[in-house]
Amino acid sequence: MAEMIYQSPKSIEEAVNLLAASSGSVNILAGGTDLIIQMQANIDEPRVIIDVKKIAEMTQAELTEDALLLGPSMCCAALTAREDIKALFPGLVESAYLIGSSQVQGRASVGGNLCNSSPAADTVPALIALNAMCQILGPGGERTVKAEDFVTGVGRNCLAEDEFLRCIEIPRPEPNTADAYLRFIPRTEMDIAVAGAAVSVTVKDGICSSARVVIGAVAPTALLVPEAAACLIGTDLGTADLSAAAAAATAAATPITDRRGTVEFRKHIVGVLTKRAASIAFQRAKEN
Amino acid sequence: MKTHVTTRINDETVEFLCEPQQTLLHVLRNELGLTGTKEGCGSGDCGACSVTVNDRLVCSCLVLAVEADGAKIGTIEGVASSDKLHVIQEKYLEHAALQCGICTPGLIVSTKALLEENPNPTEAEARYFLAGNLCRCTGYDKIIKAVMDSAKSLNQGA
Amino acid sequence: MSEAKQYKYIGQRTIRPDGFDKVTGRANYGADLSLPGMIWGKILRSPHAHALITKLDTSKAEAHPDVLAIARFEDFPTVNAAAFAEGRQDKGLVDLASNILADKKVLYHGHALVAVAARTEAAAAQALQLIEVEYEVLPPVMSIDQAISADAAILHEDMFTQGLAETPSAASNIASRMELKKGDVDAGFAQADVIVEREFSTPTVHQGYIEPHATTVRFDENGTSTIWCPTQGHFDVRASTARLLGMELGQIKVTASEIGGGFGGKTTVYLEPVALILSRKAGRPVKMVMTREEVFRASGPASASQSRIKIGAKKDGTLVAMQASLYYEAGAFKGSPMGPGCMTVFTPYDVENMWVEGFDVVVNKAKVAAYRAPGAPQAEFAAEMVMNELAERLAMDPIDFRLQNAAKEGTQTLYGPKLKAVGLVECLQAAKTSKQYQTALAEGEGRGVAAGFWFNIGGQSSVIINMNPDGTGTILEGSPDIGGSRASMQMMAAEELGIPLDRLNPIVTDTEHVAYNQTTGGSRTTFATGMAVVEACQDIVAQLKSRAAAMWNVTSEQVDWQDGSAINLAGEDKMTLAEVCAIAEKTGGQISGRGNINARGAGPSFAVHLCDVQVDRDTGKTDVVRYTAIQDAGKAIHPGYVEGQYQGGAAQGIGWALNEEYVYDQNGIMENAGFLDYRIPLASDLPSIDTIIVEVPNSFHPYGVRGVGETGIVPPLAAVGSAVSNAIGLPITALPCSPPRVLKLLQDAGQ
Repeated sequence: MAEMIYQSPKSIEEAVNLLAASSGSVNILAGGTDLIIQMQANIDEPRVIIDVKKIAEMTQAELTEDALLLGPSMCCAALTAREDIKALFPGLVESAYLIGSSQVQGRASVGGNLCNSSPAADTVPALIALNAMCQILGPGGERTVKAEDFVTGVGRNCLAEDEFLRCIEIPRPEPNTADAYLRFIPRTEMDIAVAGAAVSVTVKDGICSSARVVIGAVAPTALLVPEAAACLIGTDLGTADLSAAAAAATAAATPITDRRGTVEFRKHIVGVLTKRAASIAFQRAKEN
Repeated sequence: MKTHVTTRINDETVEFLCEPQQTLLHVLRNELGLTGTKEGCGSGDCGACSVTVNDRLVCSCLVLAVEADGAKIGTIEGVASSDKLHVIQEKYLEHAALQCGICTPGLIVSTKALLEENPNPTEAEARYFLAGNLCRCTGYDKIIKAVMDSAKSLNQGA
Repeated sequence: MSEAKQYKYIGQRTIRPDGFDKVTGRANYGADLSLPGMIWGKILRSPHAHALITKLDTSKAEAHPDVLAIARFEDFPTVNAAAFAEGRQDKGLVDLASNILADKKVLYHGHALVAVAARTEAAAAQALQLIEVEYEVLPPVMSIDQAISADAAILHEDMFTQGLAETPSAASNIASRMELKKGDVDAGFAQADVIVEREFSTPTVHQGYIEPHATTVRFDENGTSTIWCPTQGHFDVRASTARLLGMELGQIKVTASEIGGGFGGKTTVYLEPVALILSRKAGRPVKMVMTREEVFRASGPASASQSRIKIGAKKDGTLVAMQASLYYEAGAFKGSPMGPGCMTVFTPYDVENMWVEGFDVVVNKAKVAAYRAPGAPQAEFAAEMVMNELAERLAMDPIDFRLQNAAKEGTQTLYGPKLKAVGLVECLQAAKTSKQYQTALAEGEGRGVAAGFWFNIGGQSSVIINMNPDGTGTILEGSPDIGGSRASMQMMAAEELGIPLDRLNPIVTDTEHVAYNQTTGGSRTTFATGMAVVEACQDIVAQLKSRAAAMWNVTSEQVDWQDGSAINLAGEDKMTLAEVCAIAEKTGGQISGRGNINARGAGPSFAVHLCDVQVDRDTGKTDVVRYTAIQDAGKAIHPGYVEGQYQGGAAQGIGWALNEEYVYDQNGIMENAGFLDYRIPLASDLPSIDTIIVEVPNSFHPYGVRGVGETGIVPPLAAVGSAVSNAIGLPITALPCSPPRVLKLLQDAGQ
């Protein structure tokens, strides 16, 4: 069996130093629900595991005047229990609630979901819809990347080997703004998204003044679909407007056929979800 | 290289040596003899290995044993106190909420976590909270009845 | 008959005697046993669905410092090359052996080839990677259509279709054909006003027990070798292992651990004989545990099927002819449940003209195993779908239509016997008046009704009850308890002996402490082992009476047994069971009762299920909103566990109907070998499953019991399928009714 090393730094600085000093395959243990399964499947691969969950700020969430500063390793169960966050970002919390079971939510984190970079990740479309920014730390210092630019391909992202995600910053929504996330799965729980859609809308006088539409599990990465948003902006989200947005989402999707769904099914479903998520977000925004 | 871990399991201090890649499930079952925690899938999809780590419900197959260092672990073996069953265990028996029983330890640990977090769940809330605990025998009906009755009983007792 | 009798325990919702251990984690299942000096076995499996093994070199693995033994097909002395050369090869065993460890050919992805035992689990896994195998890959045969096509690759060059008028000269993937008929179907159809004929298909599904196969064994050169494993039948594990290893039954002791679900899937052997070979070679105890992925790929799933059903009725609703062609996939080796499929398909109906043919077809998938009423769900799904379509065409209520044609006492079955008293009519009537059937459907909902039949079996059961001097007793039975059967044994014994439940401890003992017991299957345990318990109790009562008689100086005939006490009919004396046991030493020694039987007269059981669904027409997703399972139990010994069987069968059937299926890629590799993508129902997927227990007593059982374990999985496929069909207004002919499939139906219909 290959040598494995487990490290559990207590501070961000310690984590940065460990990451810089480690060579070979280094993995950040941000949640565990993906990494530990990958480890069991490849026991012969030597690696260094850096468990960042013992760094307090990595697992906490702070709501400032401007933004939510989300510790990337805060487990989904802790996040979904935060009523203050849910009130501001219902779509994000919905997406965290949809990841796996209660047990999985006790481990999985938004940061882990982002860094695992699966096309079907539930929280990624929600983060993009909310204009989230990813604060990345490495030996060269800190840099900030938009959520939509973080994931670069299936299982790939913009992190360099010696960098890690230290915080996800989500700006407080404008007045009369709300988000929603929906995904499609064959059962009611547990499955991986066949398709997903996150929508954030701002409503002024009953009319949508701005919108972001993001679709998931229908392309190598979650996709921001401005064409779909454009169908919503300036409308009251009538049936025709929603259908147009759905068609735009379907057109933007470039899914694959696999055991979870065919190209045709996914393209259709992502349209349905876009329509439904937009309606929910619109309703919420009107009530805000 | 093995790592020395000091942890608390069911309110007792326990020390063990483990490889960094060993899961908590593996150590509980194969090193510590706590075989009440079951393995159904090894991938977090069935809930048979449910335990609590620092009072948070998790699948022990998705936790590294080294992470237990300094933590507080709760397993099925700690749910009853000596020979006195927990109300939840009694209700599972009263409602015939188990058949083969392999999912039962995980379900009881999860039910306890549910009722600690939400003492008055609706039936739908209970069903969704327990969605990660697969049971192939019962069709869940009697399990849910046992959960709802446990909640009622615990609330009356409080 | 004793149905008029008031019972003290029978029919109560008692606490199961093994409950404490099961809710506290103390109960020991298959993977829970470790032995001193134990090593770990692991299996190398085929990466191809169909291939010839051209090279198999284990030398590098053998050289691994932690490897202590290797097992291959050649290590089975009754089937290996030497046995073949000497003409002593047990041909009946060849399929079993070559499923456990492939011989010259691999026949499915995941097919076991070689087993390795090493000091640690990790070392065993590492050693597998050192084994060198070369293959000549053959085209995989992955469906019945492919298997029976003229240019199909042949799995077994020595397999010629059995059951034809003439045995063909060319090898075939059709292992056998059977035909059953009564009356004249052509004449029947000629009388019909309405005929519905359709083709159906069902996918490969898995029993989905939560506990993977596991075993811990110790080979003993001079004494008894031991096997610990979760199985539905440890006596049959012993028999199979002994035959494969050329051992005598008395040389092997099998202990059935607690079993974490079986549903038919734990009625055969996979690991046990292999582990025993490894243990013999290594001189150490060996433990083997399958991963979940191995369970899906290489334990026995249930047959995929294709069928064609034709049913004709008169305008007044009288059925006049029923015809079926049923094809079952057996997996890599012959032996699908095609036979029971043919025998059950039309049994719910009393119709003069029937004709059924069945085919057992091999394909490059894991060899199927039994799954709860094996063969019946696939066949009766197709038949019941057509029944519902006919009811609709006749504008009849589907329950009334069934009532008009229902099988009842005296009905001549297609497969042989005339039915004795059965409860189908009572189930249909209960369905009609049920709360669910009285509930109006909401907008967009659909409703389905289906009936189901299963034979149930009896067979051999052996029970010993040992009484202690204080009047407590131990019931030694040999039927593994999958769903609470210890409780029913305890209740029947307490009822017979007239003593409190907690005075009796039921134990599922190993193969050494009671005589042979048939495997727990066929819904036989509460029926047959229950009868053996009753017989053992009667044996005890006879002894108790004679002991009391000796004390009172009267004859046994002058002693009666009432409510747990011996009564002297010739005087005023009375002794409780405990008092008689206390003086056993003085009256001839301790008291044991024995009940070794071959039970006949298992009462067949009928069920009727109601399913209401809501279909999301934009996504094709189905939600089950209401469900009722109604079934004849004969007599429910423990109603809670009887209801549990109905609900569990319904839930498995709902899964089969809605989402469960093996998904294979073009190379025959299963793509969803885990609980993430093989989607069994979750707590949040199901509504409360209502139950109605119908009790039409089975006169062959002292308490009227019929088996209840299996029938409940028969109706759901058509109940759900018809409900979906009703909701979308389109025929359903293929399972599962998964969202993509239902959406496609809606889209193709332009809705």
